Amino acid sequence: MSCCAPGTEMALEIDRAGQGLPTSEELWLTSRSLGGGLRQTDLSVPGVHCGACIATLEGALKARPEVERARVNLSSRRVSVVWKEELDGARTDPRELARTIRARGYETHLFAPGEEDGDQTLKQLVRAVAVAGFASANIMLLSVSVWSGAEAATRDLFHWISALIAAPTLVYSGRFFYASAWNALKHGRTNMDVPIALAITLSFSISLYETITHGTHAWFDGTVMLLFFLLIGRTLDHMMRGRARSAISSLARLSPRGAMVLDADGGREYRPVDEIKPGERLAISAGERIPVDGRILVGASDLDRSIVNGESAPAPVKAGDSVEAGTLNLTGPVTIEATAAARDSLLAEIMGLMEAAEGGRARYRRIADRAAQYYSPAVHLLALMSFIGWMFVNGDFHHAMLVAVAVLIITCPCALGLAVPVVQVIAAGRLFQNGVMVKDGSAMERLAEIDTVLLDKTGTLTAGEPRLVNGQDIQPSVLATAAGLAAYSRHPLAMAIHDAATVAPVVSGEIREIPGAGIEARTEAGIYRLGSRAFACGDAGEASGQSETILSLDGRDLGCFRFEDRLRPFARESIEELGRLGLSTGILSGDREPVVAALACRVGINSFKAELTPRGKVDECAAAAEGGHRVLMVGDGINDAPALRAAHVSMAPATAADVGRQAADFVFLHQGLNAVPMAIDTSRRAGRLIRQNFALAIGYNVIAVPIAILGYATPLIAAVAMSTSSVIVVANALRLRAATGNVAEEARDGQAPAALRPVGNAS
Amino acid sequence: MNTLIYLIPIALFLGGIGLVAFLWALKSGQYEDLEGASWRVLDDGDGKPEKK
Repeated sequence: MSCCAPGTEMALEIDRAGQGLPTSEELWLTSRSLGGGLRQTDLSVPGVHCGACIATLEGALKARPEVERARVNLSSRRVSVVWKEELDGARTDPRELARTIRARGYETHLFAPGEEDGDQTLKQLVRAVAVAGFASANIMLLSVSVWSGAEAATRDLFHWISALIAAPTLVYSGRFFYASAWNALKHGRTNMDVPIALAITLSFSISLYETITHGTHAWFDGTVMLLFFLLIGRTLDHMMRGRARSAISSLARLSPRGAMVLDADGGREYRPVDEIKPGERLAISAGERIPVDGRILVGASDLDRSIVNGESAPAPVKAGDSVEAGTLNLTGPVTIEATAAARDSLLAEIMGLMEAAEGGRARYRRIADRAAQYYSPAVHLLALMSFIGWMFVNGDFHHAMLVAVAVLIITCPCALGLAVPVVQVIAAGRLFQNGVMVKDGSAMERLAEIDTVLLDKTGTLTAGEPRLVNGQDIQPSVLATAAGLAAYSRHPLAMAIHDAATVAPVVSGEIREIPGAGIEARTEAGIYRLGSRAFACGDAGEASGQSETILSLDGRDLGCFRFEDRLRPFARESIEELGRLGLSTGILSGDREPVVAALACRVGINSFKAELTPRGKVDECAAAAEGGHRVLMVGDGINDAPALRAAHVSMAPATAADVGRQAADFVFLHQGLNAVPMAIDTSRRAGRLIRQNFALAIGYNVIAVPIAILGYATPLIAAVAMSTSSVIVVANALRLRAATGNVAEEARDGQAPAALRPVGNAS
Repeated sequence: MNTLIYLIPIALFLGGIGLVAFLWALKSGQYEDLEGASWRVLDDGDGKPEKK
């Protein structure tokens, strides 16, 4: 249990405590009300991996007065916390929960709400598997007695009991196949379920006929066992199906519902965005999103333009500058003149792009579906041919029918039905243990095919957030005062200071935020100023180029806070690894050219595109696809979301904007970028195993089918052949478990080359 | 042959108990966190029931 002794990680984590934590509003919005003043929040904690982690986290959370219950789920790496909305009359800040988890040395994120809400179909499928398992075990017991020589009346009795067990099972557990087969036939198509439904119905009918006429062979065991194996495959497959995603709706949430419109004689009227016309003047206060594209008439502020260019550093704006819809006004109130209606503005354009971008997901046909397309007509034809053939040979309808049923049962895609999902479930499990969440099984198939990786810069290659780098050098009291002031601002640098400080005492006095400059507080001790050097100390000082913030008291420098946006861990190594895997890499950034060029040089990427709009990124993906390339897009921002959809397959970090997380096929939960080559490698392995499994399943058919056609397949032979082939396929899939190393575990030790070794060997 | 009259119902009944037990376990969330449960066994706790 010493694997995660909290002390060792604490030291590393303390200086970035609070970075990337979800905001209070987000936590409130995503929490579920349980009634009685209680709310429940589910947080993803990718770092938990043993009993000590459970005890640490639950202990820490339960020690907080507002926490009612806390329970860690180690399998899904989540913690669900039930907390009181109010404590002693004060509203609870749910951010404290996340901060508590972070203080213990664990990363934590929100996962997209509704991602895994109680899956009803899955539960039904598992129940159906249980029933089919029960039925097949009992029928098998009876069948073994028959095969060992039960005669006459005993045999008939056993057959009848088998029939009584099989019939309800067919209805209860078989309904999934019947429903799906019927659905396909109704639309004039055929799928894997058509031969399945036909085989179980025919084999059950013929067995019933045999039972009534005191025949020797009944296929009840084969029928139900078939159902059992196929349902296992179906259940696993269902677990890997991508769920419908609501990327567009979460984007729509960013769009403000209305804005304060100023008319010519100074009147104010709140109007919905759709009714705002170009030329009208709007008052936007700090903390609001800009509703439509426009130009600033009065005022200055800092604007979070991450939706446009993906950059987290806010851009100062003043009168005359143009602003885009969806950007966030951080510091000061401004008056803007609308230059476009809501439906023509940037946010609407991004939503349009998202809808238009079909991407690999829609075009791609899953391997299993492609196999089924050839498989089911072949099987039908084969069964029909053997029936006709035997009719010609001896004209015995009964015998010909028995042979046809045997062919249908033997060829039934048991192993084929398991071939893909077993591998994908194991691969997804491996990926999850290494901190990568797979949203859709077909994404792994697509990821195995890529030849180009395009990465976003800020937030993907870099951590994307300013981080206080000299926290240790600053006196704790100075840091606390700065944090108290910073609490009044939404500026990212202020938030970084606030996050880094453990205590933020309330600063009493007159506090105001000066847009584009900083925060000023008039207190008894004097005038505190937190902001740029020019603002805080009154002199320009030496411009270091690096982002910095100064806290001053009456113009005296108390402390200088330095920030930087660091590279993600393993960024460079991961890019090299991608090169070794034979993939070409490129950067697609919304940032300015020199910045992108410098970073590209640092991580060793030759090709890059800068100053791209969201549409530009989509076009780059489309151009690559046109050139015959298959692209993996890795990005995090809202501006990347359309490109994430347009690319063949996509990946986003867990710190990404909600829209980005929703749009991506994979989400990596740990900080390190080495999740990208690891996921590609695992997907390629999975692809190889799937092909091997197909080969095994086809090889089995090549041997078994002639036996069935020649009429030598008794129920015993069919049962043995079916279970052996399924077991072989599953055993082959299990090899994936042994083959992949645990990258995340090693990455935690901070040994870059060692962490990447398992991936390197694999290529 | 006569013993079958007892044995078959007994076999089915026992199998049925297994099935019902599984369905119950599924419904009551016993399979929600298999990994966590294996660790929780080792957690001594403080011997007191969890606070409500």
